[in-house]
Amino acid sequence: MAAECKNILEVRNLVVHYETDEAVCEAVNDVSFDIGEGEILGLVGETGAGKTTIGLSIMGLLPKPPAHIVSGSIKLNGEEFIDEADDPKSFFDIAGKLKIKKVKKNTEKMFRTIRGKKITMMFQDPMTALNPVHYVGDQIAEVIKIHEKVSAAEAQKRACDMLEIVGIPAERYKEYPHQFSGGMKQRIIIAIALACHPDLIIADEPTTALDVTIQAQVLKMMKELQEKYKTSMIFITHDFGVVAEICSKCAVVYAGEIVEYGTLEHIFNQAQHPYTLGLFGSIPNLEDETDRLKPIAGLMPNPMNLPPYCSFYERCDRKCDECKKKNPQLVEVEPGHFVRCVFAECKGGENSGITGN
Amino acid sequence: MALLEIKNLKKYYDTPGGKLHAVDNVTISIEKGKTLGVVGESGCGKSTLGKTLIRMEEATSGEIYFDGTDVTKMSLRAFKQMRTRMQMIFQDPYASLDPRMSVSALIAEPIKTYRLAKDKKAMEQKVFELMDTVGLARRLANVYPHELDGGRRQRIGIARALALNPEFIVCDEPVSALDVSIQAQILNLLMDLQRDKGLTYIFITHDMSVVKHISDAICVMYLGQVVEFCETKELFTNTMHPYSKALLSAIPVPSLNKKKERILLKGEITSPINPAKCCRFAKRCPHATELCRTSEPELVETSVKGHYVKCFRAEELTGEAQK
Repeated sequence: MAAECKNILEVRNLVVHYETDEAVCEAVNDVSFDIGEGEILGLVGETGAGKTTIGLSIMGLLPKPPAHIVSGSIKLNGEEFIDEADDPKSFFDIAGKLKIKKVKKNTEKMFRTIRGKKITMMFQDPMTALNPVHYVGDQIAEVIKIHEKVSAAEAQKRACDMLEIVGIPAERYKEYPHQFSGGMKQRIIIAIALACHPDLIIADEPTTALDVTIQAQVLKMMKELQEKYKTSMIFITHDFGVVAEICSKCAVVYAGEIVEYGTLEHIFNQAQHPYTLGLFGSIPNLEDETDRLKPIAGLMPNPMNLPPYCSFYERCDRKCDECKKKNPQLVEVEPGHFVRCVFAECKGGENSGITGN
Repeated sequence: MALLEIKNLKKYYDTPGGKLHAVDNVTISIEKGKTLGVVGESGCGKSTLGKTLIRMEEATSGEIYFDGTDVTKMSLRAFKQMRTRMQMIFQDPYASLDPRMSVSALIAEPIKTYRLAKDKKAMEQKVFELMDTVGLARRLANVYPHELDGGRRQRIGIARALALNPEFIVCDEPVSALDVSIQAQILNLLMDLQRDKGLTYIFITHDMSVVKHISDAICVMYLGQVVEFCETKELFTNTMHPYSKALLSAIPVPSLNKKKERILLKGEITSPINPAKCCRFAKRCPHATELCRTSEPELVETSVKGHYVKCFRAEELTGEAQK
């Protein structure tokens, strides 16, 4: 059903670099994915895999410089986000002098109308994401005031409604963030994110800082609200348990690349990429008795110095000579299931996958 | 024989609002060579319990018998020697290491403090041995912690704890700051060390799947009190306390096939400052009765030997479930 929906967000061949004086950090390399209406995509990966950078580039919140979108396209409802003039070469001129980068004014202006209205982002740490010196209610009303032509009183009333929706009594409108517990703060952040009924929410590890019992409450509420408003979501997390709980699709990110992408069924039951399999082997299982975990040996490669071949090569237990020859492409091994691995390439045949669209 | 026995251990803090009951009447024991898992939500007193055991925090009252001696009664001078036998691994490998000390200096520090090496050469030898034990490459001896990733830093923390050849280690969330693939490496290392050196662990964590993997026995804490204490297998097959049940059901399982019914707790953990004399879980408990709200249950052994539960209705509820 989800596949027939029209795509809210289309990301194609996104490449993001952080350019520092010493080196170029290749944070996101050739990432492509779609999100249909009402879908929740889980972005799973280790620290430093580039999950948050993907989220920030969709929001237009990358710190530029040093961040730089080298190529690719991000379309929300068919509208292109990435400015063509965003050229890496224009960063320094020939004499090496810093040029003020020409950001098309309308891009930033456009982002301002979109952020909070069409796309919102929930940040990881509810303790720091809220402004400590403003009432929580005012922080919700602010979004409504900016994006909709309503009076202050009307915005306040709607903020109260939002508080009730996320399960906080409206009487607590005039309280400060420190008066709330972690779970409650995260609820307020959800209220801010949903205040203007956005098309897309990017949730960056929204429950990582919470205890399991509170996490269960928050996840249940997010799922209910998401179903109610038919909002699409990108759910950034490192916890496969949370993905199984809430997402409809899942992309596994490793060293800035999507190494496996598919429905939950594909990832959890028919995973093919050695990294995905390795991650599942590393998680202590509650149901089965295992004497010893099977960790993935080694560490993620330095994004400042990625190998020209498969970035998982050094840690892979299935590596062969073929792997060192080139960087494998994301291939479709069965409808809707993409894997970036030499072995999948052999099996998958000519189908070039979503990157070819 | 139990290596560590804790009896009625209490740790209260004075706050402007009253006495904060961080650890309240905890009675547990750990067998030699085994791992006791301590689980609970943030703020339930797990870390305070760990710190009190090695006297980083002084207990308000209660007894801690380590190998037969009550360590709370010892003078600090005598306890300093005792501490070589009890060590701690800290939660955050980013904050617990001095950024201005190199890896070898960090590992050598406890050896120096206790003057366990005769000369420089012996010291170097010891440091290298420890680095081998925890799986740190010798070439890293002169680098600083900021150059290393979380997993390697945690290995330094483990090497420091092992430097004095302890028998007992308090592991305070040693893997919660690490990624899963690295977490598995560290868990395997800790289990290997236990097997080779016969170590006894107290493993403090909030992650149920980790604790199940590593522990022989588990105690579940809620607001400073132990609410359930039994062997790991028993806890996972025959959960009795309503809080443990809710905690177990709240864990997201990375599998599509096993959708379980979830007990959602209402509300959040209440304040541990001057708690009322009643079951501390009563406010969130779906099975609470008038009795639970007015008087406090004891941690008692149930019909299953070695399974302790602090709940009036534990047996009754388990009986109902079996019917």
